[in-house]
Amino acid sequence: MIDPTAVDLSRLQFALTAMYHFLFVPLTLGLSVLLAIMESVYVMTGRRVWRDMTQYWGMLFGINFAMGVATGLTMEFQFGTNWAYYSHYVGDIFGTPLAIEGLMAFFLEATFVGLFFFGWSRLSKVSHLATTWLVALGTNLSALWILVANGWMQNPVGAAFNPRSMRMEVTSFYDVLFNPVAQAKFVHTVSAGYVTGAIFVMAVSAWFLLCGRNAAFAKRSMTVAASFGLASALSVVVLGDESGYTASENQKMKVAAIEAMWETEPAPASFTVFGIPDLAADQTNYAVRIPWVLGLIATRSLDTPVPGIRNLVADNADRIKSGMIAYGALAKLRINPGDDDARAAFAAHVQDLGYGLLLKRYTDKVTDANAEQIQEAAWDTVPNVLPLFWSFRIMVAIGFFFIAFFAFSFWLSAKRRLDRHRWFLRLALLALPLPWISAELGWFVAENGRQPWTIDGVLPTFLSVSSVGQASVAVSLIGFVLLYSLLAIVEVFLMIKYIRLGPEGALGAPAEATAQ
Amino acid sequence: MNFLDYETLRVIWWVLLGVLLIGFAVMDGFDLGVGILLPFVARSDGERRVVVNAVGPVWEGNQVWLILGGGAIFAAWPLIYAVAFSGFYLAMLVVLLALILRPVGFKFRSKMPGTRWRATWDWLLFLGGFLPALIFGVAVGNALVGAPFTFDDTLRMTYVGGLLGLLTPFPLLVGLVSVAMLTMHGGAYLALKTEEPVAGRARRTAFFAAIILILLFAVAGYWSAGLDGYRIAGAFPHDSDSNPLGKAVIRIAGGWYANYAAMPWTLAAPCLGFGGATLAALALRLRWDGLGFIASALAVAGVVATAGVSMFPFLLPSSLDPRSSLTVWDASSSQATLFNMLVAAVIFVPVVIAYTAFVYRVLRGRVSEAQVSADHSSY
Repeated sequence: MIDPTAVDLSRLQFALTAMYHFLFVPLTLGLSVLLAIMESVYVMTGRRVWRDMTQYWGMLFGINFAMGVATGLTMEFQFGTNWAYYSHYVGDIFGTPLAIEGLMAFFLEATFVGLFFFGWSRLSKVSHLATTWLVALGTNLSALWILVANGWMQNPVGAAFNPRSMRMEVTSFYDVLFNPVAQAKFVHTVSAGYVTGAIFVMAVSAWFLLCGRNAAFAKRSMTVAASFGLASALSVVVLGDESGYTASENQKMKVAAIEAMWETEPAPASFTVFGIPDLAADQTNYAVRIPWVLGLIATRSLDTPVPGIRNLVADNADRIKSGMIAYGALAKLRINPGDDDARAAFAAHVQDLGYGLLLKRYTDKVTDANAEQIQEAAWDTVPNVLPLFWSFRIMVAIGFFFIAFFAFSFWLSAKRRLDRHRWFLRLALLALPLPWISAELGWFVAENGRQPWTIDGVLPTFLSVSSVGQASVAVSLIGFVLLYSLLAIVEVFLMIKYIRLGPEGALGAPAEATAQ
Repeated sequence: MNFLDYETLRVIWWVLLGVLLIGFAVMDGFDLGVGILLPFVARSDGERRVVVNAVGPVWEGNQVWLILGGGAIFAAWPLIYAVAFSGFYLAMLVVLLALILRPVGFKFRSKMPGTRWRATWDWLLFLGGFLPALIFGVAVGNALVGAPFTFDDTLRMTYVGGLLGLLTPFPLLVGLVSVAMLTMHGGAYLALKTEEPVAGRARRTAFFAAIILILLFAVAGYWSAGLDGYRIAGAFPHDSDSNPLGKAVIRIAGGWYANYAAMPWTLAAPCLGFGGATLAALALRLRWDGLGFIASALAVAGVVATAGVSMFPFLLPSSLDPRSSLTVWDASSSQATLFNMLVAAVIFVPVVIAYTAFVYRVLRGRVSEAQVSADHSSY
């Protein structure tokens, strides 16, 4: 049987390292495009301040980028180290986007990022601009392929189980690539990155203005960030809504958990803006509901009901029973591949094989599960309602704040009044942590809402782990926490130092070594 | 999707696996070697900045060979990815922690003026080069002797052993081969990219590293003649679905020499290793730095290829349960995935090589202290 402590530690390690990695990714995504825009203006106008902007924001980009690369390494190898059975079970599909990410995107980004920093005196203006755009392109393509991989975990299309190799194998790479979940998630995620870059530039520039320094530099930076931020914030919310629609088609349980919706909502379903979910009684108290909205988000119609948790659990219990038949037939096929009865039974129930595997937590044999175990396994398909409910609402609230904030910033910049209101500059500075909070909450909703699966409906999380002992996982978890904490301190220290130095200090001659 | 049969695709992906590992060892290998050499060939802060900036603009792209290697093994050889990385768990952890130090080390080292700050990062960059070089070598050594793992019927792998079990004499020797090889390669790069006195020190160190590589590589070759090699017993289809439990495997002393006996042209791999290292040593003596670096790269390619050719068709044999061994014929992904990945590789590898060559051309020439301190982008 599988060691549940090792599963929990592996999950904790993956969650921590992934969320830590994603502290750096959105800023890289956003700043790379902002740098390319700023440098485009420099090449078109030839004005020195735009070059300084590109170089100064580029220097902060570089500090952040190094951390993104360092922590990304862990992500690339962690599937193998901690999720070996997952790697075997779905590597045939999941590995391909990761490999193409390296080949098509990360190579581009990493090769040209060196030239971005070292090429100023070696390249013509236009060639250097092309370099910067290639870095931005590589960064965004990288996000595309990672989200194709992640989208497949949420909505595993274009694949079928092969009993002889005991794993999922690709049937249509086209379906994997053009998975609607992946496409919606990609635009939602890169837009969130653009918002992060825009807020970062707004906040640091606001700080310059509050200190009464670098006014021309800061106002120009804010003008770019305000318009870029407004477009991105609109895109984040609209595409977030699209994610909600695609999720509701294949991850009904995730939608129901986010809504803390215990019973099926008759059409058109209402959206719960606020409420206190009561887990003991399986109901939501003090709910404030807006009629029709959930029906529109989730089904794009006014006549389709949105199923509730209790109904979905009942459906899943049936799928578990069907999965038991599939598992029993698979066991026979493994012994005798020529068994035609087993082949027919397997083909009829293979779509529920993953649900059968949920029983592995209660009985290794699966086929001998009793009614009580089936019921327990069916309730296992409900993710953590309370944290999902709140995380989602905070994320959405922050998203709407961004639209209002950037719309106002845009209006101020059009009126050339960005530096008039100190309260606005303070607000811009205070907004700095918000994009990171909403991005982390968004990933939490996406990934925790997928539980108990690593691959939705196909492979349960607890079966996905490696056979590594809990002591080893504890050692690696402690190692990552210690090293990452130290690096976080160094990174924040350097960021603050180079922000304080400002463009004139940071772009001066580099400091020579001095004795301490 | 049947333009190529499954067996051919598997052989192609075995070759491409070699290309990726050689690409990693040649490209990222020199900047790992530069990390190893940093505290020794450069003494003053100015010299050390020259060394860091000699690889500064290119190491990030080079490291993608490692990332791509990981991704391609995941996609084309998922069982290798699963078994090797989870089996060698703590060793992989050390490699990862060491590699994580490199991006931040290069970037952050010269961002603060303090000598203690910079010296700390210099030694962390040394570890970031030395530990991966050693452990990747030890891992290849363990692949040659076989790793203690077995599969159950659902293909869940169990690995019996820990970190210390990896550190037996032969794998440690292969680890030293790897360290000597990458030290030579890093030194040859610095000889080409820096000015005196750093270049002179790098040249001398690389020369000695090349000599040590030749000796250690010979000892490892002699030693492996006595090792148990693995062989698939009986007929085994090369084009059926991947299932490593479907074959019988026997162990034979000296089995890793069987391919060289059956196909003498494969001796080209070890010959390239010895010949490249000899030529590199000679060229470095004569200060033909360009030739020295090329010869060193050829030596790296030869040494890596030797390990692969010796084991073919095995990729990761199991010492615990030989029939669980992973081979080219039963550890690959499906025919469709191998084909899709081949299409991606055929399109993008030439593109990658083309723009990488462009970037190296832009950055050509030796790095000097004056140049480093004049540019605020320098590391």
